[in-house]
Amino acid sequence: MTKFSRRSFLRSTGMAGAAALAAPLVARAAGDTIKIGGLHDLSGALDSVGVPMNQVFKLAIDEINEAGGLLGKMVEPVIYDPQSNMSLYSQYATQMALKDRVDVVMGGITSASRETIRPIFHRYKTFYFYNTQYEGGVCDRNEITLGTTPAQTVARLIPYGMKLYGKKVYTIAADYNYGHITAAWVKRYVEENGGEVVETEFFPLDVAQFGATISKIQGAKPDFVLSALVGTSHLGFYRQWAASGMKSEIPVMSTVLGAGGSDQLILTAEEGNGITASFGYFEEIDNPTNKAFLAKVAAAYPDKDWVMSEISEVTYEGVKMWADAVADAGTTDRDALLEVLTSGKTYDMPAGKVKIDPKTQHAIRDVYIAELQDQIFNILESYPNSPPADTQMVCDLVANPDSNQHFEISL
Amino acid sequence: MDYTLVIALEMVRAIAWLVLLSSGLAIIFGMMRIINFAHGEFLMLGGYTVVISTGHGVNEWVAMLVLAPIVVGIFGVIVERLVIQRLYGRILDSLLATWGLSMLMIGGVTMIFGNSVTGVATPLGGMSIGAYQVPRYNFVLIFAAIALLLIIWAVLKFTKAGLIARATMQNPDMSEALGIPTRWVYMATFGIGSAVTGFAGALLAPMTGVVPTMGVNFIAQSFITVITGGASIITGTLAAAGLLGSISQGMTFLTGPVYGDAALLLAALVLLRLLPQGITGRIFKKSL
Repeated sequence: MTKFSRRSFLRSTGMAGAAALAAPLVARAAGDTIKIGGLHDLSGALDSVGVPMNQVFKLAIDEINEAGGLLGKMVEPVIYDPQSNMSLYSQYATQMALKDRVDVVMGGITSASRETIRPIFHRYKTFYFYNTQYEGGVCDRNEITLGTTPAQTVARLIPYGMKLYGKKVYTIAADYNYGHITAAWVKRYVEENGGEVVETEFFPLDVAQFGATISKIQGAKPDFVLSALVGTSHLGFYRQWAASGMKSEIPVMSTVLGAGGSDQLILTAEEGNGITASFGYFEEIDNPTNKAFLAKVAAAYPDKDWVMSEISEVTYEGVKMWADAVADAGTTDRDALLEVLTSGKTYDMPAGKVKIDPKTQHAIRDVYIAELQDQIFNILESYPNSPPADTQMVCDLVANPDSNQHFEISL
Repeated sequence: MDYTLVIALEMVRAIAWLVLLSSGLAIIFGMMRIINFAHGEFLMLGGYTVVISTGHGVNEWVAMLVLAPIVVGIFGVIVERLVIQRLYGRILDSLLATWGLSMLMIGGVTMIFGNSVTGVATPLGGMSIGAYQVPRYNFVLIFAAIALLLIIWAVLKFTKAGLIARATMQNPDMSEALGIPTRWVYMATFGIGSAVTGFAGALLAPMTGVVPTMGVNFIAQSFITVITGGASIITGTLAAAGLLGSISQGMTFLTGPVYGDAALLLAALVLLRLLPQGITGRIFKKSL
């Protein structure tokens, strides 16, 4: 214990106070910090996803600063909470681009929020990273898209399920663009593999009672059920499915369950056991980078009530890859960074090896299929270097660098 | 044959669910003319009571059948004393106040328990009807709805408390003149309505799990059922739930849940055009 006298107390706090007061001036005099914007929903309907993303985002920045910052400057996070509200998204995006003049932005969760902010960042040439798994098709020179698309996940999950269980598939999906597009991909992959989608049903997001559907599924006798259900109301399906005793009868695969890092904890072990899903990241990935990453997260957020999922891990990737490119290029200029990022460099990330496809500026990454057992996803299969084949069908940024569009990939 | 049976069962379950969902609201709205916009949040509170208390080792059935109605009932009485008692006869003000209350409850529960909570497993497991598997829990819902209606009916019809309640609702001034403390009657009625809603929320928890914002998913259905039903609590609720439940569930079987929901709304629309006072506004007028 150090001795604590009034005099030493005054001296230390006085100096700390002076330092704190002087800090902003010093920073400004030294030619600013490097600013990195974070736009994740910290409240509202999507906060259970946005909060972990934001925590991992800050962790990645702390890591960079602890290692001495970038280009001799500290990296400063600029964080706003768009509250799951699209008008706030556009307001904060504009603010980040024009007032804060951030060097790069990570964020946007739903496709709706991305399509709100992407044109804004494009217009003001604010470099933008979108880190969510989504339906594919964004073609924008200003955006790096790191999350998985259906050609990476659904394309793996369907043949896997058909090989294991059989060729008759029953699709249940959320009734908005994600569900419809995913259902179309499911149909395509099932048919490509010589199978049949016996029925596709869509559910508005507030539907919580699935009794009728469960009976219909039993009537249709599929070999497995493919669920693209979204949100907490839809979790009722898995509960009621288990309560009907159907779990041992017909297997369920999902393109969504576990995406946000909390579904697997909300369902009890009995309800969740045996459900398979496919993502670009699961906590159980066995490599030293991932182990170190998870240890750091656990140390930084000991009270966290979520599981690391693709969406958060990819946010970490985004910050780290951008920082790596800045260090490499010696500048935060977007075009210089794009050159580095699309040069074919392979990044060693917790999720595995990640590379950026220069044509689509989407990630070529390892994709995994995992089965939920006692609230933990156990990895069954991995598919290294999976390309975003869907977006590649419609997007070529090398040939058309001015493209600024979200293509609906026609099936 | 099995399939027909399964569909029939599913329809009865849907009706039972509408009865459970809207009985509490029917008591509060039907008897006291208070629009309780926080109805969905009262359900949510019932659900949370079950999830939290079973998490602390309480038996699931005790939590559902005893704890949830008591907790939400007491909460209802507190709300009545603090807010509602000042708003009798001011139907629009009551709407606004309870809407505020609903936001307060969502915010409060989110602050205390976070935006997501582990659910509880559905008890009893499944059983087979021919080639089909159905949850046994369905029968719990159906039985609970029947029991609830019978209890409300018996209380209103045969007990002194029921007589006093009916008198107060029909003519509060006269009742007051006859020495009935109407303030207390209102408070008790609101408490009982809340307790019934809490009970419904408790039964819902094992099926869907609970989140602070779950109320909005149910409030429309509840109001549609109560308003379609009209003034009398039991006959109205039963008639509206029977009609709307079978129409929407039938459509869900035929086409899918989107059209099921649409059919429910359409049916309610047509009914209210023909019977603006609800089903019991014209038919079964004298019923309870």
